[in-house]
Amino acid sequence: MNFTLKIWRQRDAHSKGEFKEYKVTDISSDTSFLEMLDILNNDLVHKGEEPVAFDHDCREGICGMCSLHINGHAHGPSQAVTTCQIYMRQFADGATITIEPWRSAAFPVIRDLVVNRNAYDQILQAGGYVSVRTNSVPDGNAIPIPQADAEESMDAAACVGCGACAATCKNGSAMLFVAARVSSLAKLPQGRVEGARRAKAMVAKMDELGFGNCTNTGACQAECPKGISIAHIARLNREFLAAKLAD
Amino acid sequence: MAFKLDSKIPAGELAQKWSNHKAAIKVVSPANKRKLDIIVVGTGLGGASAAASLSELGYNVKIFCIQDSPRRAHSIAAQGGINAAKNYQNDNDSVYRLFYDTIKGGDYRAREANVYRLAEVSNLIIDQCVAQGVPFAREYGGLLANRSFGGAQVSRTFYARGQTGQQLLLGAYAALNKEIATGHVTSYNRHEMLDIVVENGEARGIIARNLVTGEIERHGAHAVVIATGGYGNVFFLSTNAMASNGSAAFQCYRKGAGFANPCFTQIHPTCIPVHGTQQSKLTLMSESLRNDGRIWVPKKLEDVEALRKGTLKPSQIAEEDRDYYLERRYPAFGNLVPRDVASRAAKERCDAGYGVNETGLAVFLDFKTAIAVHGKEVIEKRYGNLFDMYKEITDVNPYEEPMQIFPAVHYTMGGIWVDYNLMTTIPGLYAIGEANFSDHGANRLGASALMQGLADGYFVLPYTIGDYLSKKIQAPKVATDTPAFDEAEKAVKAKIEKLLSINGARSVDDIHRQLGLIMWDNVGMARTKESLEKAIVEIAALRKEFWKNVKVVGTADSFNVELEKALRLADFLELGELMARDALNREESCGGHFRSEHQTEEGEALRHDDEFAYAAVWEYKGMDEAPELTKEDLTYEFTHRAQRNYKD
Repeated sequence: MNFTLKIWRQRDAHSKGEFKEYKVTDISSDTSFLEMLDILNNDLVHKGEEPVAFDHDCREGICGMCSLHINGHAHGPSQAVTTCQIYMRQFADGATITIEPWRSAAFPVIRDLVVNRNAYDQILQAGGYVSVRTNSVPDGNAIPIPQADAEESMDAAACVGCGACAATCKNGSAMLFVAARVSSLAKLPQGRVEGARRAKAMVAKMDELGFGNCTNTGACQAECPKGISIAHIARLNREFLAAKLAD
Repeated sequence: MAFKLDSKIPAGELAQKWSNHKAAIKVVSPANKRKLDIIVVGTGLGGASAAASLSELGYNVKIFCIQDSPRRAHSIAAQGGINAAKNYQNDNDSVYRLFYDTIKGGDYRAREANVYRLAEVSNLIIDQCVAQGVPFAREYGGLLANRSFGGAQVSRTFYARGQTGQQLLLGAYAALNKEIATGHVTSYNRHEMLDIVVENGEARGIIARNLVTGEIERHGAHAVVIATGGYGNVFFLSTNAMASNGSAAFQCYRKGAGFANPCFTQIHPTCIPVHGTQQSKLTLMSESLRNDGRIWVPKKLEDVEALRKGTLKPSQIAEEDRDYYLERRYPAFGNLVPRDVASRAAKERCDAGYGVNETGLAVFLDFKTAIAVHGKEVIEKRYGNLFDMYKEITDVNPYEEPMQIFPAVHYTMGGIWVDYNLMTTIPGLYAIGEANFSDHGANRLGASALMQGLADGYFVLPYTIGDYLSKKIQAPKVATDTPAFDEAEKAVKAKIEKLLSINGARSVDDIHRQLGLIMWDNVGMARTKESLEKAIVEIAALRKEFWKNVKVVGTADSFNVELEKALRLADFLELGELMARDALNREESCGGHFRSEHQTEEGEALRHDDEFAYAAVWEYKGMDEAPELTKEDLTYEFTHRAQRNYKD
């Protein structure tokens, strides 16, 4: 298969970026999207050009490192997968593919397709944890948890922190990301103790970092590679409101 | 000069050793802990849990990771589960049984005392993770669920769907975030350790490169902890993440830390087979699939032919024409034999011509029986995400046709030598998790990597590091304007300059791919004296070529992935040779190390306990010099070393 790639190139955070066009040829349909970029980069290196910088690591859809807007969609054309799980058989032979970094004020470009997602770490540092010390805990089975609650908690905990939600949202809101963590812990008795404090602190940090407000368009859910439901945003809103009302 | 190895294994009864040791070692007072700095390199399960726990104790901690966030470390990709001796299933599990299974699974090449301690603290790990809010799978009654894993006859594996590593890492990362928020942990993301600084024989800090700006930084500390995982990517194609590397461990080795059992590599039996030549990465399918999946190849070669031609579908092959070779060879454990045994059995069938895809390098993993017995819904609930992933990658629906699998490099049991305190041969330098060599012997059991990473980080290192640091309470902050730091920084900069100036004809990936092929063909699932000698020569030649003919584009002072890869490959080119040398030295078969010359009549690994019941610890002598071997004898006081038997 052959493709024309329009790729965003940007030297660093301070430089102006632009699209550049590249051709890749003889790509097997079983090649993954990122392997296709590896092939392009290997060609560029042989030509003495600097390869396209992009984030990736596990290539199994779990580390959350890969990103990319492909033809305008976060993580490409498929539903509920990360970019590393996209295969070239999903594109038409000869197609032109546009590849951009996340476009979000909170995720500045570091180089080419690589962005800085440190803001997500900071939100979690504001309260995305249960305050237990190592070894200061009861027996695992001392806290029975209804299976349905554990499952729902796990649904939310599947978030890989890739940033697709905020990058997709027209308001640049990180609500789905925040909701995933708040909701996952809210469904478990261990997480209830600090529930109010957590919801307030994480939302405050999100606002402080310049993420926008949620207007319930649902775009985040549609592009989330883990299919995290906006029902978790509803739970976050309830948690947040209850916490505020209790103040 | 050979090492004087002191494993510091405490005296006494096996079950009392850890308690006795904890009682005997020194502790540091809270006021003094605040004066002491610790560097932790790597933020996987080991690094994150250690950094969080050390910070809770009051130490000042700096953490370093090469990814954009600590949460990305490759522990996150572990799928199946984590072992613990809780005996919640009432199936007669115990600390002793977990210890015994691990020692036996490691083919009697691990230390009894370390493994017993691992089993002992395993139960604390589950409690800790539950309290952090890890959403483990639950039974209807709300209690924790378990499943079985290879190498065990009890059900002791705790899991969170097929994402156990992710959930445990998010737990440790949350603990870390809690400590970052207090200001006691400083996080250096997108930073790579390029050298360890040793002063007066003690670890004093690291040289790191800021991967965004290219700046070379000095960081001093009273102790340094290496938690950077394994070196499986020496094979180029492996299940490791793309950036996983052996460089931090290798720099320690270069600076005088012993490197133990480098040849012990785990080849995981259930990976998606290689296709074509453009692949960058292999994908693991969780071992948990072997709970319900049955592994087979056709009995008749004409069926193999028909499969390759596409005139026959695997589902059309009759039961009596299928060779469920693991069930045939190992009736007691069947499809749940340990990984090394399952991998070799697959290789044996493929070598005999029964491999089932176009390359002849694949076997079937079939869920037909399980779906018939439990129904599709149950199987979907257990493995749905794995089945989806398989379909995404291969375009084959595993509910209808069996999966194709083949062994791939997955984990390295070898690593930096550590004593019972997890300290390396360099005082003040520690190694934890996959980066050290201590607990898995010659083969790791499934669901034990997560257990070891968290055991080391939460429950072992926070105690043992105090014994060393108690001697440092009078020591001032570590100065980084000393000759040792100057020299280390200068060497790092010179190496980078050199790599950028070669401007040869071959890309880093080209050379790495070639190294991977040399390793897989000669230092892979089966090794011989000839293949290993060949590998040593070929790797040395490839290394020479690398230093003359590699092409690294870009600059030193910018975000430069090619430079990062070149620095890592430079080390892999030495590590690969070290692995081959170790494999050549070990003239026996044990666990994942299979020397074709040493096998039983039935083709099982044949150990030579009289000659090789030791950990081989290597000392660096220079890039093109043979390393020096020191042996740590492994004594078995509490277990009888038998030939592993998974047949009855």
